[in-house]
Amino acid sequence: MDKQMTETLEAIYSRCVANEDNIITVLQEIQHEFGYIQEEAVNWFSARTNIPPSKYYGVITFYSQFHQKPRGKNIVTVCCGTVCHVKGAPRIISKVREDLKLKDDQDTTRDMAFTLEHVNCVGACSIAPVVLVNEKVFGKQTPSKIVNNLKAYKDKP
Amino acid sequence: MINLTIDDKQIEVAEGATVLEAARKLNIDIPTLCHDPRLKPYGACRLCIVEIGGMAKPVTSCTTPATNGMVVKTNTAKLYRLRKTTVELLLSDHPNDCMTCIGTGDCKLQELAYAYGIRENRFQGAMRDHNRVDVNPFITREQNKCVMCGLCVRVCEEVQGVGAIGYAERGFEAKVIPPFGHDLKCEFCGQCVSVCPTGALSGRLWSGKPRMAGVKFTDTTCTYCGCGCNITLRSTGDQVIRIDSKPDSHNRGWLCVKGRFGFEFINSADRLTTPLIRRQKGGEFEQATWDEAYDYVAKRLSEIKDKHGADALGGLCSARCTNEENYLFQKMFRARIGTNNVDHCARY
Amino acid sequence: MNDGIVVNVCMGTGGIAAGGDMVMQEFIKEFETAGVKNATVKEKCRLHKVGCRGFCARDVLVDITVDGQVSTYQYIQPEMVKRLVQEHVLGAKPITEWLVGDDYHVFHDNQTKRVLADLGKIDPESIEEYLGVDGYKAAEKTLTTMKPEEVIQVVKDSGLRGRGGGGFPTGVKWSFCAANKADQRYIICNADEGDPGAFMDRSVVEGNPHAVIEGMIIGAYAIGASVGYVYIRAEYPLAVDRLRLALKHAEERGFLGKKLFGTDFSLKIKVKLGAGAFVCGEETALIASIEGERGMPRAKPPFPANKGLWGKPTIINNVETFANIPQIMNKGAAWYASIGSEKSKGTKVIALTGKIKNTGLIEIPMGMPLKDIIFKVGGGIEGNKLFKAVQTGGPSGGCIPQQFIDLPVDYEGLASVGSMMGSGGMVVLDETDCMVNISKFFLQFTQSESCGKCVPCRIGTKRLLEILTRITEGEGKEGDIELLQQLAEDVRDSSLCGLGMSAPNPVISTIKYFRHEYEAHIKHKKCPAKVCNKLLTFFIREDMCVGCGMCAKACSVNAISGEKKQPHKINNSMCIQCGSCFDACKFSAVLKE
Ligand SMILES: Cc1cc2nc3c(=O)[nH]c(=O)nc-3n(C[C@H](O)[C@H](O)[C@H](O)COP(=O)(O)O)c2cc1C
Ligand code: SF4
Ligand code: SF4
Ligand code: SF4
Ligand code: FES
Ligand code: FES
Repeated sequence: MDKQMTETLEAIYSRCVANEDNIITVLQEIQHEFGYIQEEAVNWFSARTNIPPSKYYGVITFYSQFHQKPRGKNIVTVCCGTVCHVKGAPRIISKVREDLKLKDDQDTTRDMAFTLEHVNCVGACSIAPVVLVNEKVFGKQTPSKIVNNLKAYKDKP
Repeated sequence: MINLTIDDKQIEVAEGATVLEAARKLNIDIPTLCHDPRLKPYGACRLCIVEIGGMAKPVTSCTTPATNGMVVKTNTAKLYRLRKTTVELLLSDHPNDCMTCIGTGDCKLQELAYAYGIRENRFQGAMRDHNRVDVNPFITREQNKCVMCGLCVRVCEEVQGVGAIGYAERGFEAKVIPPFGHDLKCEFCGQCVSVCPTGALSGRLWSGKPRMAGVKFTDTTCTYCGCGCNITLRSTGDQVIRIDSKPDSHNRGWLCVKGRFGFEFINSADRLTTPLIRRQKGGEFEQATWDEAYDYVAKRLSEIKDKHGADALGGLCSARCTNEENYLFQKMFRARIGTNNVDHCARY
Repeated sequence: MNDGIVVNVCMGTGGIAAGGDMVMQEFIKEFETAGVKNATVKEKCRLHKVGCRGFCARDVLVDITVDGQVSTYQYIQPEMVKRLVQEHVLGAKPITEWLVGDDYHVFHDNQTKRVLADLGKIDPESIEEYLGVDGYKAAEKTLTTMKPEEVIQVVKDSGLRGRGGGGFPTGVKWSFCAANKADQRYIICNADEGDPGAFMDRSVVEGNPHAVIEGMIIGAYAIGASVGYVYIRAEYPLAVDRLRLALKHAEERGFLGKKLFGTDFSLKIKVKLGAGAFVCGEETALIASIEGERGMPRAKPPFPANKGLWGKPTIINNVETFANIPQIMNKGAAWYASIGSEKSKGTKVIALTGKIKNTGLIEIPMGMPLKDIIFKVGGGIEGNKLFKAVQTGGPSGGCIPQQFIDLPVDYEGLASVGSMMGSGGMVVLDETDCMVNISKFFLQFTQSESCGKCVPCRIGTKRLLEILTRITEGEGKEGDIELLQQLAEDVRDSSLCGLGMSAPNPVISTIKYFRHEYEAHIKHKKCPAKVCNKLLTFFIREDMCVGCGMCAKACSVNAISGEKKQPHKINNSMCIQCGSCFDACKFSAVLKE
């Protein structure tokens, strides 16, 4: 592990100890810093906190927020809540998959430009179906609208 | 004390006792799969459900504290139906492998399937595929047979204090594995193996050996250390094929890696069967009789004592000997040879 | 009276999504260029960030107040701002064609706003504005003049029931907790709102976070808790930010911290972010999650009120429950109980969505008939389709058919028809929704959110989903309905936590009221609502096809052929019923039957 990573982890550790935070917060911070959660970061923390890695691993795999692999530069989140579902979310997902050329078992594009994710209701049901690209909310989407909206993210370097 | 009624029978239990404990006191049999009185209640298998007057839904007896005046039913038609569905669901996600499974005859799931007469299962569908070969010297893990009772996880954490295995994923895909899906790397005490109700965890050494039919059980004491854990040997002919320990023993059924898995020496060809004496410096060990050996030892001890004094001698004994033998050993050193240079791995 | 000019721009998630931030920037820019900045009106002219006012479908909503006269505009886009400033603000002539119409007022006039009263009026990022509407008065009065048991009595008398789903009387729950001897107690606000199709709690936290905090202070005092937590979904970044800001402001003012309002009572409130698990809305799972564990529920009893967080007595209440508390303390139990039905008092905030004209956040008195909600407040079904059912209570609830349209909407009413209030999501379904598909959708949700701890839920919901999937794909068998019913009941009756206990509700209720749809799928291999693609045949109407070829391009198995500019044809033996052609055709020439 390089020095910079150790320093970052050490900083997270001190912060979390000061705030009496739990494993979930620790992992949220690790993910925030590195984009995803690496095994070596967990092992470092496990040794530092004397909590077995199995606890961390259990938490990582339980909560859908945690990722063990790097994700794409742009995160496309399709809402699959009830309202978005009845207003056509399934068709939006298949269109996005097709547009980004994602295979069935694949959520991130080869070039790491996009990751497709689902969420259960972002709480904007009035403008369903909803798609988020990174932090930006697109309401009242259709398969063709979302393809159009994604274009803007494709050309950017 | 708390008084309650279970299946029309009165029973008195101590404050804090669960309904299951109260029922067991009355010798009422309630099926359980995820319960072990040595571990904290978990409430996952839902087999121990009972109906309690005033409660809208069945509750698990293993987790529900008994209270005064409670009226409990453990065996209604409704409970039978729910338990049967639960067993069927478990079997619908379980390899139908009993013929060749190491757990046969010693498996709670098999017993439940038999008790509820499940020849045909109403439910069929996807099965988990979590099997991967875990490369480690002691424990075979067949996670497709895991019923997620959580006993192994709890024993490893609560009793062994190790936490080598844990739950991962959730929902139908939930499983029990070491972190990041690596091979098991732990103390190999086998506590987890001992509590697993199915064939999901077993001893590597047990494989291919007789399971139940024709197996002889002998209660004895582990000779590895001064703790003297109670163990039960399973044997066929002159072969010890498995060692476990009963939950009601003084060691509560818990053993260490040596006591549980270190029994291959018994029939090992490398094992010494006669004393060996090296008669010349640099020479080979030669077989000898016990009389020869005793005489040789006595002669050398006397020579050293005469020449250098008693304190030139010291004795180290072993916890693998009995108390009586250890007593005699220190007696010999202190009283006969005349030195206090005597010790033992569990201390005198 | 000259109050100057106030412009309110809706900046809830809905508002921002519709371009609210750009509209706001436009206003700032236009005021600058128009020179309003240098005029005397300058200081009085301010831009508000108001929280959700409920009518998100009309976003961006903008209120312009000139000399105390409020005009509300709908569907405002950045390019429209210039005209607004020129004509309305400077020219004093409102642009009538952009104003909201009568239906906007019908939407609002049929509601009774208590919890939502200040939403959209006060700036959620300013504690001054909350103080301006008597904020923290209730907390001050409670802490300085009342004993904890008196507070509990008032809440009991008000008849307030938990708004998080179960509807347990809040005062009674508090009294259980207070009755324990303990060195430490905790109070937790459940803002996990994982129910797909519900956004009440998000709107309340975004629009009036201080009301929730004030409710928590009063609750903490009543039960004797010195530490509180708000467990909130990380998927609600705006709500999280506003909540954190509000907590900081409250601390700065001494409403949180040590010795509140000069009493010996202290309270610290911490924020915990959920990490994406619906089951963590369940009390014991939520507690496990705050303790840093996997969110796996624990058996009850013991109940959290007796043994909760870190084994200490703990009260968990929903966001809306807490938001009701300050008003109850201010105006009294009798006032609170003056509206509502016999056993359900007060109002309920509902997220009214689906196939309905006026979607949005509404607040109605408990017991309002379903038909008034749908046809008065909601303005009826979208696109003149036929009403089919309303789904309430999310994945734990059920579908209520047409025949119960007069049903009073309260805890008992909904339960009597096999649904539940849940957190207050209400999704209206029309004739184009397939009930088997809806039931499958919810099972998909609960199955993927099951924690996997107990057998009936872990394997049972999977089997339920498999049977439903089979039915929607035309593989349904004789006996499937009965099997579904039996299994659904058994999962409901033997699961460990509320998730598994309620997951079968959508199945049970749709079979009860829409059995014929199941039968159509199983016996006749037809989906009456034309939703289940695998049961449909796709074909192209020659008279409508212009031969653009879009469908053929979209088809992944090349089942469509045809010359350019000539009507195309689908080869049904090759078609895999994916529906891509249906989506691709811009001329509605692809039909499904
Ligand atoms: C699976 C499941 C999810 C739940 N989700 C929520 C939720 O998101 N928000 C909430 O307030 N209550 C939720 N609840 C209900 C809570 O467990 C709890 O009853 C409620 O927060 C108590 O507050 P109240 O008495 O104010 O309603 C959920 C329950 C279950 C079983
Ligand atoms: S062998 Fe012992 S230490 Fe290893 S996993 Fe099993 S219980 Fe834990
Ligand atoms: S491996 Fe055995 S003990 Fe462990 S959870 Fe599975 S069935 Fe239970
Ligand atoms: S009912 Fe489902 S979510 Fe609840 S404990 Fe059981 S498996 Fe977990
Ligand atoms: S269902 Fe998609 S935003 Fe609520
Ligand atoms: S033994 Fe009680 S739930 Fe498993």
